[in-house]
Parts: sequence; structure tokens; C-alpha cells
Amino acid sequence: MKIVVLIKEVPDTYGERKLNIETGLADRGASEAVLDEIGERSVEVALSHADAHPGTEVVVLSMAPEGSAATIRKGLAMGAGSAVHVVDPGLVGADTGLTAEVLAAALRRVGFDLVIGGNVSTDGSGGVLPAMIAELLDVPSATSLNAVEITEDRVSGERASDAATMRVSATLPAVISVTERLPEGRFPNFKGIMAAKKKPFETVTLADLGIDPEAPEASRSIVIGVSEKPPREAGVKIVDEGDAGEQLAEFLAQNRLV
Amino acid sequence: MQFELDEEQAEWRSILRRFVEKEVAPFAREYEEAHRYPTEIIEKMKDLGLFGVTVPDQYGGMDTGAVGLAIMFEEISRGWMSVAGALGSHTLACFMIAKHGTEEQKQRLLPDLATGKRRTALALTEAGAGSDLQGIKTRAVRDGDGYRINGSKMWITNARYADPLPVLVRTGTQNRGSRELSILLVDGDAEGLEVSRDLGKLGYRGIETCEVVLNDVWVPEANLLGGEEGKGLKQVLSSLEIGRVNVAARSLGIAQSALDKALTYAKQREAFEQPIAEFQAVQLKLAKMATDIQAARLLTWWAASAIDRGARSDVESGMAKYLASETAVSAALESMRIHGASGYSTEFEVERLYRDAPLMVIGEGTNDILSMVIARGLLKNAG
Ligand SMILES: Cc1cc2nc3c(=O)[nH]c(=O)nc-3n(C[C@H](O)[C@H](O)[C@H](O)COP(=O)(O)OP(=O)(O)OC[C@H]3O[C@@H](n4cnc5c(N)ncnc54)[C@H](O)[C@@H]3O)c2cc1C
Repeated sequence: MKIVVLIKEVPDTYGERKLNIETGLADRGASEAVLDEIGERSVEVALSHADAHPGTEVVVLSMAPEGSAATIRKGLAMGAGSAVHVVDPGLVGADTGLTAEVLAAALRRVGFDLVIGGNVSTDGSGGVLPAMIAELLDVPSATSLNAVEITEDRVSGERASDAATMRVSATLPAVISVTERLPEGRFPNFKGIMAAKKKPFETVTLADLGIDPEAPEASRSIVIGVSEKPPREAGVKIVDEGDAGEQLAEFLAQNRLV
Repeated sequence: MQFELDEEQAEWRSILRRFVEKEVAPFAREYEEAHRYPTEIIEKMKDLGLFGVTVPDQYGGMDTGAVGLAIMFEEISRGWMSVAGALGSHTLACFMIAKHGTEEQKQRLLPDLATGKRRTALALTEAGAGSDLQGIKTRAVRDGDGYRINGSKMWITNARYADPLPVLVRTGTQNRGSRELSILLVDGDAEGLEVSRDLGKLGYRGIETCEVVLNDVWVPEANLLGGEEGKGLKQVLSSLEIGRVNVAARSLGIAQSALDKALTYAKQREAFEQPIAEFQAVQLKLAKMATDIQAARLLTWWAASAIDRGARSDVESGMAKYLASETAVSAALESMRIHGASGYSTEFEVERLYRDAPLMVIGEGTNDILSMVIARGLLKNAG
């Protein structure tokens, strides 16, 4: 079985995260870049299946700027067998539509039985890519899984939504996304780091995938403005002098909160 | 001249840093206060392969080299030095077995030691002899196709988990002389081997340091390290360079943690209506700590890379251990001063650093002994 895991470099969740006000892009200099934790969990799902099922091939795939190779290699250090890195100047500021198109094309090229991604990244927080990719590839998708079981020809799991939990399953090939309920990714050890250096690492461009980022017929979202978040203002303090209830109700009504 | 870690070493450091932030540092204060053995942390360190850092690849280890070892000991000690202790004598003994063991000993022991499935330690010191190892009294005499050991050892870290426990014994008949001593690898469950008590300590808590009694313990000939009598002292001394890098790096971890905490506290704590970081008296301390630490770190990496090149590193590793451990002691105290009463409080971690640091000056060759090693090297080369 061939499992492809979608991973992404993101600004460290524990560091400062900033947008560049001029370009509207994440300011990559503002904090350390790390492998997204949900991506690590996705890799872990694939690797623990591979541990129990020899012959399983695990590939990590990322669409990311040039400097991200070290972060992608971390997936290899954890234990994935090979990596594919889509990098192209035409992808700067790519929206989810273009990203899905690119990843779907890369997946077609790499080949897969199962694609695993995180349900939502810690930086963009779009949460739509796995479903979009499945649609483009015309395969079933099962998103936001809290538990995953993989068999020879099926993937099933527990999908949580706000209101209910359901059992879902799909025949392979399929795309799934996993939540933070799945186990944390393993720490790579020194042997893994050294081994990662020698594993296949393919870099592909948009031309390789036959995608034109400026295609006039494609609908793309365009950022038309970015501004600094206004500083937080002091809130209203209600001191209880017997009428706090009334004041509170009035405040809520005024702000259309009730 | 190259002062940077290579890409793999940098990656190794960032993984360890995250591991320590998540799995070690948050538990240090609670565990140490309760004298609780860090079982869970040790299990996780096994998963990470840390017990195999001095075991060659062919025996299942991951031979990180001495620089990789230094990175590991610094990062772990930055979270909690005691936990590094569980790896300390283990990695040293593995190094010694890999370097001097017979092929049969290596194949029998190293694969399990590399994963931490079995653990080991190193029993050299006795109540009557520490720096002066030639003065040890524990004796082994031939008995059938093995040896019978009688004596006792003192200050043995990891003794309760060691299997085998390498023990320095007197096999010769002369009172002194470097060819009188041997290392015997005593199985953890050998009859007559008793870990008689855990010794109370100022710091370095959570990990046991013990008195070990050997009462008529019989070990087979196959457990004589290297298969040849009279090599013990040489075998021990040849591992000391790695041991000094280990202690230098642990010292760096303590010192860096003292500095990190001082920086954070100095920016938060206010006095006379400003953060205390604004006072020059505090800034001078911070600057001195940071400078000393970086100097000691570069010296440690320098000594470690000499080992990795296969060059001599006795003077180099001696200098690194000397400077780094003195820096740990001074940085812990300076950080305590910056913290004021909070530094003295058991609610904060600085007091632990202050209690852990002095061991670095004493263990793995006291700084007096190392100064003599350094001076001897200098004098030998002086015209
Ligand atoms: C917490 C802890 C853990 C330990 N773990 C281990 C372990 O796992 N295994 C193990 O074998 N040992 C261990 N030790 C022992 C440690 O290695 C010794 O304490 C150390 O080698 C010093 O020996 P000593 O204590 O006998 O001091 P001594 O040798 O008695 O030294 C006392 C003082 O005399 C000075 N001195 C001695 N000789 C000279 C000289 N020739 N010239 C100038 N000054 C000299 C020393 O510098 C020191 O200041 C541990 C010790 C501690 C405290």
C-alpha cells in the first residue's frame, strides 16, 4: 500500500505569528518555522500502519517555499520513505483552490492508495484542502477523523462533528483528514536524521505538473487588502451598585449580543 | 575555522530541545521535590534511542559522535540534570565496552544496551578512593573458570538498574601500579551483589546514587572486559575524555537554564518602578553569564570535535569540563541573586540549579585533578 501524507511548514505555534502588511503573506521571519503538528500526527498514522504492515510505502508531500526542504526532511527523519516537494515562484500567495489543484496533480503523479492530511493547519486554518483534493481526484473523502483504521482495501474511522459522531468508511483509493485526537508524532532520533539525508527527495515545479497559476479561466481568490488588527480597547466595567443586572442586559442588547 | 553545528547536528538539537520542553522540564520540579524516579521520562528517552548514542551502528546504536553527545547532554540538563545522569555512566560504559570489549561481549551486550532494554553504569569509586583509583581495595581472585569478587563501591549512580554493572577491581597482587586493575562486568542478578543503600544528596535527586556491596560474587571469565587482566585502569582512562565532554555539556545545560530563567525574570520583575533588567548591576551579571557560557560551549564543542576527528583530547576535554563546571556554579548563583528571594524559594527552579551545579565540579575528575592534567599537558609541550 502507498500512503501519501500531506505536510506543511508553519510558523511555530508557540512563537509570535505575524502577517506582512505589505504583501498580505505570513511573515516567515517572525518566528521559527516548524512542521505543522497536525502534519506530524498524520505522518504518525501512516507510520504506525507501516510498522505493523511491512511493505507499506509512506511518502510525504508538501507544496512549500524553497526554504522548507529541511522541514519536509523531518518527515523523512520520522520514518517516511521518500518526499516530494512542489516548489515554484508562481505559487507565492496561492489560494486554497490553486493549492488543491497543485496537490491533486502531484498526487496523480506520485500515485497513492490513501492520502492523509490534517483536518486544519495551524496557520491558514482553512480546513478545506483534503475535501477539495478528493473532489479533484474523484475519490471518496472522509474528513476530521478522530480514529482511523486502515485495511487492505478500505479506510474507516470515527468522524466527529459539532453535534454527533459517526462511523464512516470508504474504499481505497481515498483521502482522509485527521484531528488532534490522534496520537502525537514520534520524535525522530539521530539515526533517522542521518538516514533522511539519503532518502529520495524529489522537487517538482508547476511546469512538471502542467499547471498554469495564472490561467485566466480559473477562479482564484485575491487578497485586496490587509490591515493591522486594531489594538484591543479597554472593555466596559460594570460595577454592581444594585443595578448590575440591568446594566448587563442593556450592554448585551446594545451590542446585539442577545 | 567553523563554529556552527552542521545541518544534522542542528536538527538533532532542535528535536532534543522540543523533547525536553515537552517531556522533561515540566516534571522536573515536582519529581525532584518528591525524590521520585523519572521512570516515564526514561522510557521516552529509550524510544528516542538516547541510550545508544555511544554504541556503534553495527550493534544497533546510533553513534552520534562526541559533538552529538554534547548536544544531547546539554539539552537534557537544561530541562533537568538528574535525567542526564541516567544516561551518563550508561553511555560511558557502552563506549568502554564498544572500545575494549571482546567481540563476544559486544555482540552479547551492546544491542540491548543501545535500546535501553538493559542498562548499565560504572562502579569505580570506593569510600576510601575516588581521585586515586589505584588505591581501590575491591579485589577479584581467580576461582575456577572465573573470578570471585569481594569489596564495596561508593557513589555509584544507576546502580539499581545496572545489568551488567562494570566494576573496577584489583586482580593483581601489587599495592600500586596501573597493571593491577581490571574491569569485570557483573550481571545485575549475580549472587552476592547488593545495592545496600541510596546515598542522600544535596542535588541530583530523583536518580539513585548508591553504595554497592560485593560479597563473594562470582563472575565467569567471559565477563572480564577485553578478556585480558590488568587493563582496567587503561580502559577506564581512555573513556574519560567522553566522560568529561558529558559533564561539560551537563554543566552548560545547568548554566544555560540559569541564564534563561534570569533573563525572563529580569524583564518581568519590577523594582523602583522599572523592570530590574534596566539596572546596570543586573545587566552586568547577564552579560558575564552569557559570555562565560558561550566560551565554555565553544570549548566543549572544540574538545568534542577533536575526539570525533580521532585526535587526543585529554587537555582539551579537561579544559572544557573545568571551565563549563565552574561556569555552572557561578551562573546558578548569579541567577539566584537576580531572582532575589524567589531564587531562594523552592517554588522556583533556580535553587535546584544551585544544588545541582557543584556536582559538576566534583564528578568525572575533580577540577583540581583536571587542572593537573591540563598543566601536565602544557609542561610536557613547553620548551
Ligand atoms: C552524586 C555523585 C555521583 C557519583 N557517581 C559515580 C558513579 O556513578 N561511579 C563512580 O565510580 N563514582 C561516582 N561518583 C564519585 C566521584 O567520581 C568521586 O567523588 C570523584 O572522583 C572524587 O573522588 P572523592 O570523592 O573520593 O574525592 P577525593 O579523591 O578524596 O578528593 C578530595 C579532595 O582532594 C583533592 N585531591 C585529591 N587528590 C588530589 C591530588 N593528587 N592533587 C590535588 N588535589 C587532590 C580533590 O580535588 C578534592 O578536592 C559520584 C559522586 C557523586 C557525588
